[in-house]
Amino acid sequence: MPMLLERGGETPERWTLIDEAAPLPPEGAVIVPLERLDEAIATGPALRLGLTLPNDASVTPLRPRFQRLALVRVVFPTFSDGRGFSLARRLRSAGYAGRLRAAGPLIADQFGHLLACGYDEVEVADAVAARQPAEQWLAALGKITRFYQSRPDAAPIAAARHARGA
Amino acid sequence: MYRYDEFDHRLVAERAGEFRAQVARRLDGSLTEDEFKPLRLMNGLYLQLHAYMLRVAIPYGTLDGRQMRRLAEIAERWDRGYGHFTTRQNIQFNWPKLKDVPDILDALAEVEMHAIQTSGNCIRNVTSDPLSGVAPEEIEDPRITAELIRQWSTLHPEFTFLGRKFKIAVTGSEHDRTAVMLHDIGLQIVRNEAGEVGYRVLVGGGMGRTPMIAGELRAFLPKADLLRYLEAALRVYNLHGRRDNKFKARIKILVHERGIDSYRDEVEAEFAALDGSDLVVPADEELARITAYFAPPALPEREEAPAVLERVKRQDPGFARWVGQNTHPHRVPGYTAVTVSLKPIGAPPGDATAEQMRAMAEVAERYSADELRVTHEQNVVLPHVALADLYQVYRGLAAVGLDAANRGLVTDIIACPGLDYCALATARSIPVAQEIQKRFASPERQAEIGPLSIKISGCINACGHHHVGHIGILGLDKAGVESYQITLGGDATETAALGQRTGPGFSYDQVPGVIGTLVERYLELRQGRETFLQTYRRVGMEPFKEALYADAA
Repeated sequence: MPMLLERGGETPERWTLIDEAAPLPPEGAVIVPLERLDEAIATGPALRLGLTLPNDASVTPLRPRFQRLALVRVVFPTFSDGRGFSLARRLRSAGYAGRLRAAGPLIADQFGHLLACGYDEVEVADAVAARQPAEQWLAALGKITRFYQSRPDAAPIAAARHARGA
Repeated sequence: MYRYDEFDHRLVAERAGEFRAQVARRLDGSLTEDEFKPLRLMNGLYLQLHAYMLRVAIPYGTLDGRQMRRLAEIAERWDRGYGHFTTRQNIQFNWPKLKDVPDILDALAEVEMHAIQTSGNCIRNVTSDPLSGVAPEEIEDPRITAELIRQWSTLHPEFTFLGRKFKIAVTGSEHDRTAVMLHDIGLQIVRNEAGEVGYRVLVGGGMGRTPMIAGELRAFLPKADLLRYLEAALRVYNLHGRRDNKFKARIKILVHERGIDSYRDEVEAEFAALDGSDLVVPADEELARITAYFAPPALPEREEAPAVLERVKRQDPGFARWVGQNTHPHRVPGYTAVTVSLKPIGAPPGDATAEQMRAMAEVAERYSADELRVTHEQNVVLPHVALADLYQVYRGLAAVGLDAANRGLVTDIIACPGLDYCALATARSIPVAQEIQKRFASPERQAEIGPLSIKISGCINACGHHHVGHIGILGLDKAGVESYQITLGGDATETAALGQRTGPGFSYDQVPGVIGTLVERYLELRQGRETFLQTYRRVGMEPFKEALYADAA
């Protein structure tokens, strides 16, 4: 099972990944591919729903379904394909308020960027986790303490600068 | 000029610490070479043909004497005693060792410098007009905007893994010295009909293997909207720019394939939806704080037409030529901006030794309000020199061989590092530049020819900007032999144009003669004081082509 990390450290996996073919359970928490979303919604409210989203997906058609989604899992095909950063921003600015997960061969050095763009957690690929255990991911977060941009958990440098002068 | 406060200092120091840890994690195997590569690139570290190369940012090209002295120290202590000023107003060191790089970054951080985002698929060091705050026609000092963008783009969490590099330039004058139309985004500070100052936004310019002139994205963008608009423009690019082919991944391809109107529609929609929560806030106070740093220096009143200047010019014709060619009008009477040419005959264009860097620092500290600017033409500008001090400045520069009176002339050549340093190069460029310089070494001859920009690239990536040289030279590899294509009519200014190919290429040995033939033909054709470019635009390619290929036909 892949390592799952949030800001505070490792967290247990509570979701089951459902592929294109597997039957949907009547209840529980499942992450389904985009093409099975409507089917999963039709299963009923007892099923907690997560959605796997490719990084080139369009946000607009999803907006009416935001209320039904407890998790969106954005897949990064490679760590250097940064579309998922902008997709997260788009999801957040479109009003998606559920959990946001990044999945794929991402590296520890990107943890801060991911959290800053609105992700809550990262599903670390096994091959990366073998070389970069949780400590490296958490250590990467502390390397730079204040940024020019505002982040979900921190005001930007300019705000601190002028608060100090005020 | 801009000064770091504790926040800027801390960020740069922490970033150096982060990279030190990344180097250690590469060495212990935590990071693979593929994973480490973009991290080192975003810290300015390239793997070149023979060694690593470190590219140090000089934000918008402005630095002071202390910083220039530190660059000299780095050149001596960790490199081979020289550095190379680039077409993006940065400096490159060609021979650092990987293990020394964290120490070099620490040494830079001490003087408010760094190598952040000088490479990699992120927003690069913002460039600007070397005559900022000097040029009489300027609407507003563009470095204020450039500094705002520097902060906004530094370690931007969303735009650190773009499809490709992203270059932004800002100009505050109508006469463009930043090649603003050849950037991914170009910003021109303009006034609208109501007299308000804002930006004309250009998008999709660039050189490389598919050169394009930027198109107009917005005729007028209010100042307060700048960062939000840039955020929208970058987001659309990040999401929709091509990722399947690195040679088609720049924003110019996206704009070209979709059409600028379609791209604009998406940006405007994204812009309208942005809530502004991500900006460098509070915008007004921060802008005021930055603006104060770029207040014009207090220049004491000096003689407007010092008699001593005229007398020395009469006594020293070399000095007179240098004053005529290498100075630029200043908005303050009695002052001028001096171009220090880094193109002495026979030296690699843009290179400066540690000794030369110290001499430039010394002159800047004593005679130019402690400021220097790097130009995209790979020269250095002393922006605030009193006319009465010009001779001392000249002597100080001449002592280290930096008195070439060739700014904008045929020997003021831009050349990429080429096959001598670069892993991508297909041909030599620096030796080509040197051979052309030798052919036109005579100052009288250069003055007679007048303004003529020759730009040389050693491969189709076009780092030597050959597409926008009045004469462009592109070195290729034809079955193991260097072959040079010639283009004519390129222009990097507000009348930007891409050069057109003359025809079949020439061998390495033929190039200086080819340039000689083109210049001869121009001198025969020109009317009155017409420049090479004006003549070319009037007569077209044919007469030049005929001169080059008549014998072969």
